[in-house]
Amino acid sequence: MASKVIHALYTDDDVLMDAVKQVRAEHYHIEEVYTPFPVHGLDKAMGLAPTKLAITAFMYGCVGLTVAITMMNYIMIEDWPQDIGGKPSFSYLENMPAFVPIMFELTVFFAAHLMVITFYMRSKLWPFKEAENPDVRTTDDHFLMEVDAGHHDVDTMTSFLSNTGAVEIKVIDKQEDNH
Amino acid sequence: MYTLSSKLRLFSIILVVIGALGLTYGFLSAPSTIEDVKEMAAHDAHGGGHGDAKATSGDHANESHGKDDAHGGDEHYEHLLHQLQNKPWAALYIAAFFFFMISLGVLAFYAIQFAAQAGWSPVLFRVMEAITAYLVPGGIIFFVILALSGFHINHLFVWADESKVIGDKLLEGKASWLNSWWFIVRAAIFLGGWFLYRHFAIKYSRKQDEDPTGNKWYKKSFKIAAAFLVFFIYTESMASWDWIMSFDPHWFSTLFGWYVFASLFVSGITTIALITIYLKSKGYMEFVNNSHIHDLAKFMFGISIFWTYLWFSQFMLIWYSNIPEEVTYFITRIEDYKLPFFGMVVMNFVFPLLVLMNSDYKRVNWFVVMAGIIILCGHYVDIFNMVMPATVGESWFIGISEISAVLLFLGLFLFIVFKALTKAPLLAKGNPYIEESKHFHY
Repeated sequence: MASKVIHALYTDDDVLMDAVKQVRAEHYHIEEVYTPFPVHGLDKAMGLAPTKLAITAFMYGCVGLTVAITMMNYIMIEDWPQDIGGKPSFSYLENMPAFVPIMFELTVFFAAHLMVITFYMRSKLWPFKEAENPDVRTTDDHFLMEVDAGHHDVDTMTSFLSNTGAVEIKVIDKQEDNH
Repeated sequence: MYTLSSKLRLFSIILVVIGALGLTYGFLSAPSTIEDVKEMAAHDAHGGGHGDAKATSGDHANESHGKDDAHGGDEHYEHLLHQLQNKPWAALYIAAFFFFMISLGVLAFYAIQFAAQAGWSPVLFRVMEAITAYLVPGGIIFFVILALSGFHINHLFVWADESKVIGDKLLEGKASWLNSWWFIVRAAIFLGGWFLYRHFAIKYSRKQDEDPTGNKWYKKSFKIAAAFLVFFIYTESMASWDWIMSFDPHWFSTLFGWYVFASLFVSGITTIALITIYLKSKGYMEFVNNSHIHDLAKFMFGISIFWTYLWFSQFMLIWYSNIPEEVTYFITRIEDYKLPFFGMVVMNFVFPLLVLMNSDYKRVNWFVVMAGIIILCGHYVDIFNMVMPATVGESWFIGISEISAVLLFLGLFLFIVFKALTKAPLLAKGNPYIEESKHFHY
């Protein structure tokens, strides 16, 4: 089923923020906003649910810490205990200060890398992926708001959007399976 | 304009009075002769235990007595006598330094805001300025205590006792730096420089409010802030060697200046957050929003981690290399100060880490207050651990002297800081970034 969407382009992030708030106040549905750089507070203005990435980062950090402890315990205590600087490796706890840097580093390593990978998967990004943004200018200096026309009157919406400061407005017939 | 409520005034005066009484009691109840100590030891059930511990670990408890390995009966009691006589002095020293370092930390934070031309913080400037008001009276009191210790009126500094320096190779080598006069002249230079910056920073800030055209005064504030920060990081480092590290003059740590800096910085930032939240709860500072609190809490979190990093870096290298003259510092602390030594790591690291990790909790005022109080207590214990082992050895106890000294300086601190808040409007309206700061949001 074909549906109509309206592409409104802006040239300033402050104007865009105000426009997003006005559009939401009118109860129009914003499908997506494409911006050349992250706009602070845009997610809140659009009413997006808060990200769960922080929780995953915490869990990945815990995994990293566990890996570090298990690994160092196997290598340094169980498999090949050595007497380093008069500190024989008989117990993990007694030698713990020496392992803290590794525990810290692996916590950070796991949290950072797995979080980035999660972010890519969640955003459906992978190598050679075709760009989804409908207008190349959104990678340069334009901001594009995609508003779902739904069952609203397209002409009223267009004039409303141009009042919010849009420099260009396009009405697009969108195939559901097209993007 | 803020007005000092009579309740708060009374509260701070009561704290000062109680603190002064308690501290006087602490000084009076300290034993003055060996006979007193013997009597105390006889009444004290722990007396025997102390004696046993002394025989094995006596040489690291107090540097001054490190040389006499063979303890005769009276020598042991004399040793104990000096520790007990030091106790109220050390308690006074720690509390005086702790509240002084809070205002010094805030002064450094304030200067950084100017040097970095920060846009988020100008709404908090008047709170910071008020906290630095304690710098001058607190600094003068601390200077007097330093002079008394440096000239060996009390027995806090081993190097101040000439009979102990003679024959001690390390102390003789350090005598050109660690001697009473040069020590006190240095302290005067450090404090004088900090007072001077504080004086002009406040003056320019007030002038900028009266005459904001052209930002003439703001530019001056920027310049002196940058100059002060250079002066500060050198002098703070040297001050931390003089005022704290020299309690253990045989021992040294190359990152000690940074370590003390982390402590005073996080305590200062925490105090800014606590006083701001207090003022907001009283209906002042309506221009401060929860994003400002969030940012302060982020600093509390971040600098707590930074402090832990330095604490651990200092510990791990010394623990691993295990060189006798270095490692005694930590052996004393782990054997005799187990609870405060590890308790402080929980208070200064584990607790802020878990409580302030979540982004949303940093905007919940009571969470920030709770974490802040624990952090402040934790850094008091941190200073306690730096000073006490070398001055009172295993005779430490957080008792009447220690609590009274804290109450005394807390009362003074509150009185001076809140009095200073009434001197100027709570919003630095002339600051060029004030509008940005008011609209700051995360």
